[in-house]
Amino acid sequence: MAPYIGTAVSRVDGVAKVTGAAKYAAEFSAPGLLYASIVSATITKGRITRIDTSAALAVEGVLTVLTHENRPRMADKDEAYKDEVAPDGSPFRPLYDDKIKFNGQPIALVVAERSEIARFAASLVVVEYGAAAYVTDVFRRREAAVPVKAPANPSEALFAPPKPRGDADRALAAAAVRHEGEYYVPIEHHNPMELYAATAIVDPDGKLTVYDKTQGVQNIQHYLCGVFGLKSDDVKVMNPYMGGGFGSGLRPQFEVVLAVLAARALQRSVRVVLTRQQMYALGYRPAMIQRIALGANRDGTLDAISHDAITVTSQYEDFYRQETAWSGLLYTSANAKYAHRLAHLDLATSCDMRAPSAATAVYALEAAMDELAVALKLDPLELRLRCYSDRDQHEDRPYSSKALRECYRQGAEAFGWSRRNPEPRSMREGTDLVGWGMATGVWDAFQAPITVRIVLTANGHAEVACATSDIGTGTYTIMAQVAADMLGLPLDNISIKLGDSSLPQSPVEGGSWIAASVSNGIATTAARIRNELLRLAKQMPGSPLADVGSDDVALADGKLVSKRDSSRAVSIADAMRQGAVERIEQEETTNPAQDEKRAHNTHSAIFAEVKIDEQLGVIRVTRVVSAIAAGRILNTKTATSQILGGVVWGIGMALHEETQIDHTFGRIVNANIAEYHVPVHADIHDIKVIFVDEPDDSNPLGIKGLGEIGIVGVAAAVANAVYHATGKRVRDLPISLDKLLA
Amino acid sequence: MQQRNQPAGRADGASGTVSVNLTVNGTRHSLTLDPRTSLLDLLREHLDLTGSKKGCDHGQCGACTVLLDGRRVVSCLTLAVMQDGANVTTVEGLAKDGHLHPLQQAFIDHDAFQCGYCTPGQLCSGVALIAEGHAKTADEIRELMSGNICRCGAYTNILAAIQQAMRQS
Repeated sequence: MAPYIGTAVSRVDGVAKVTGAAKYAAEFSAPGLLYASIVSATITKGRITRIDTSAALAVEGVLTVLTHENRPRMADKDEAYKDEVAPDGSPFRPLYDDKIKFNGQPIALVVAERSEIARFAASLVVVEYGAAAYVTDVFRRREAAVPVKAPANPSEALFAPPKPRGDADRALAAAAVRHEGEYYVPIEHHNPMELYAATAIVDPDGKLTVYDKTQGVQNIQHYLCGVFGLKSDDVKVMNPYMGGGFGSGLRPQFEVVLAVLAARALQRSVRVVLTRQQMYALGYRPAMIQRIALGANRDGTLDAISHDAITVTSQYEDFYRQETAWSGLLYTSANAKYAHRLAHLDLATSCDMRAPSAATAVYALEAAMDELAVALKLDPLELRLRCYSDRDQHEDRPYSSKALRECYRQGAEAFGWSRRNPEPRSMREGTDLVGWGMATGVWDAFQAPITVRIVLTANGHAEVACATSDIGTGTYTIMAQVAADMLGLPLDNISIKLGDSSLPQSPVEGGSWIAASVSNGIATTAARIRNELLRLAKQMPGSPLADVGSDDVALADGKLVSKRDSSRAVSIADAMRQGAVERIEQEETTNPAQDEKRAHNTHSAIFAEVKIDEQLGVIRVTRVVSAIAAGRILNTKTATSQILGGVVWGIGMALHEETQIDHTFGRIVNANIAEYHVPVHADIHDIKVIFVDEPDDSNPLGIKGLGEIGIVGVAAAVANAVYHATGKRVRDLPISLDKLLA
Repeated sequence: MQQRNQPAGRADGASGTVSVNLTVNGTRHSLTLDPRTSLLDLLREHLDLTGSKKGCDHGQCGACTVLLDGRRVVSCLTLAVMQDGANVTTVEGLAKDGHLHPLQQAFIDHDAFQCGYCTPGQLCSGVALIAEGHAKTADEIRELMSGNICRCGAYTNILAAIQQAMRQS
């Protein structure tokens, strides 16, 4: 039987998704289900001085209107609200008190027999406010921004600010060629297609089953236990499918608190669905003002890097990532310095969004590198090669693997980079200016502790269970592939259980760590199953495996087979018959080895072509080649989709996406999916994905993860192509027509 | 400062009910509905046909696209009461006799989705696009599919899937 790992297996949940059978959080029902509609604050900061729910309550079919004045009890300590990935600070508590911290904050929940009634009645809630002064503009808080502190949450420790090296100021002053520039990325919202929703079902025994849109069912379950003082077996959280997360579902969101609050208040099952507009009151990619300074020698080697960043967070939590660390990591430079400050604004807390920190920081770095190449009169790709580093520049340690050079080579060849005329505005096609740009991408290769349970039955079927999530990345499919290979069974004999908080432990799905974590977890547990089968097989009279050690046997084609002599084999069925067992169940936790001696990263090289109508400034991204080095690719089909999606996000970041706030009112004015522009079919043209070979022994299966790397660097490649086409450098994203024509 | 969140409508909210008869995926239904019910909510909440998705409720994203008398419409902007006697096909009705529609199979073959949430709308839109016969080139398909947003960014694969199904039709 040929292995499944590394092949283009179609998604195992494909039929469910194309027939409408896959059910999402708002699609589970229960007898007597109630519908709830959220009332959102219309001021940005202050207090609720009066909230009149009488008109809403008078509507036939309305059961209750919950506010901070009449809600059931919730925890009063911050610790109860701190989830697995909470930043430092005091997390937001929906309907907790009369304070308004951001525009669009949920302030009341109308619960009714039908959604139409709840929605109408929500419009009748009258609120009086005492408004306070607020600031929502990062540029107005620029001077007041404060340096980031190392985070207190141990799981966030890797986001501690990087240490400087050498004397960057002196090296910059002495550099033969310098480039310094300021780059801006605005607030962006995730906008997953599925509306945030939670269905809290009160089971006959009074326990709760909560279907929530989340990237971590156990994170939500722990959180709900803390907030509502529940025991862990009082509440089960499920998300068999998730209609896109992109980081927005890593932390608990207010829909799940409100659904559980109402279910507890009424002892009835309740569904809460946010409107698209209300989803703009969730987290977002923090806006980022960046200053990059590069000092180079005439030969195109770097001598100094300086990266200053100001990122946005709320007034009540300090969210940030390693925004400044990417520039110091990627290229050889003896001197580097960083400054990262936080601007506290009267907005909801910012949060992780696809390749958090890298998507924004590497945009600035790679746009700056392009400008440096222009200053040096050097090909942008050649500049990257001259600055290439085989060692992690922060810690001066080798990489577990780094095939970035090969990404550059294969990407450039597939794109035809050698035919690029370096002169801006030199390439034309009809009335279009043509531009070619490139950039580098980098992300971490993480692996987290995880527990996997496998139940093997004598008929050669196996159930693989773990409380992870498939947020669209293909987790169901890769789990099935890995299990099939490790157990030597056909793919169709594997069933995957995930998205259920009662299953064995998993971290939240994010940061590109689940593929490596759960795959190696499956391998570990499968080895336990194999050992148990071997123990049974050895007991058979005249067993052909009597003297075979556990390392010398593999599972293949439904049999335990000696690796040295394939004629010596015992079928799974025979071994289990010998032990008179119908099923073998094993559950094992995999704690990945901490390999601090090497850096673990994924890399990419992106090449982009734009065609720009010279008169109108309309930009089309006509070609992208993304060459990826990310260890072993488990599934070439779903992996390609991950990268394609990342490239589409990068194009959106470069040209379309921006959450616009009217700072006079502190309110988001394009809080819908028509005026917040995301790429549509017509925006996306030819995209080619290349996976370069990159063996890696950081974990037994050599997996590095793919969810983030696809977006990193894409916006810079597009922006650099726009410069090459027009000779005009737009440093603040998105590169809209008005900026280009200005 | 006093603010209503939205202009108030009828304060009693008890707007009565209306009866609607329509055929969905070949099955006739007679329903008594709140007149404010959208075709999308009729499908999802009254018939438990949750394949049609709600992504914006404003006709902006296309996730709710269904075939109404053969035409593609955004069901969230279609009031159910106005469709008395209509014939509706949803994603649940695309497969026939246990066989996937060629476009459904093409979506699986080309991995034309990730999270799957926009997929029912993309499929209904794609089936209608092929039947309309206007789109011949890749760019024409892209243009005429642009009412269906895919945030996972599966556009390249959706295009390939539609082209495969077009060749088969």
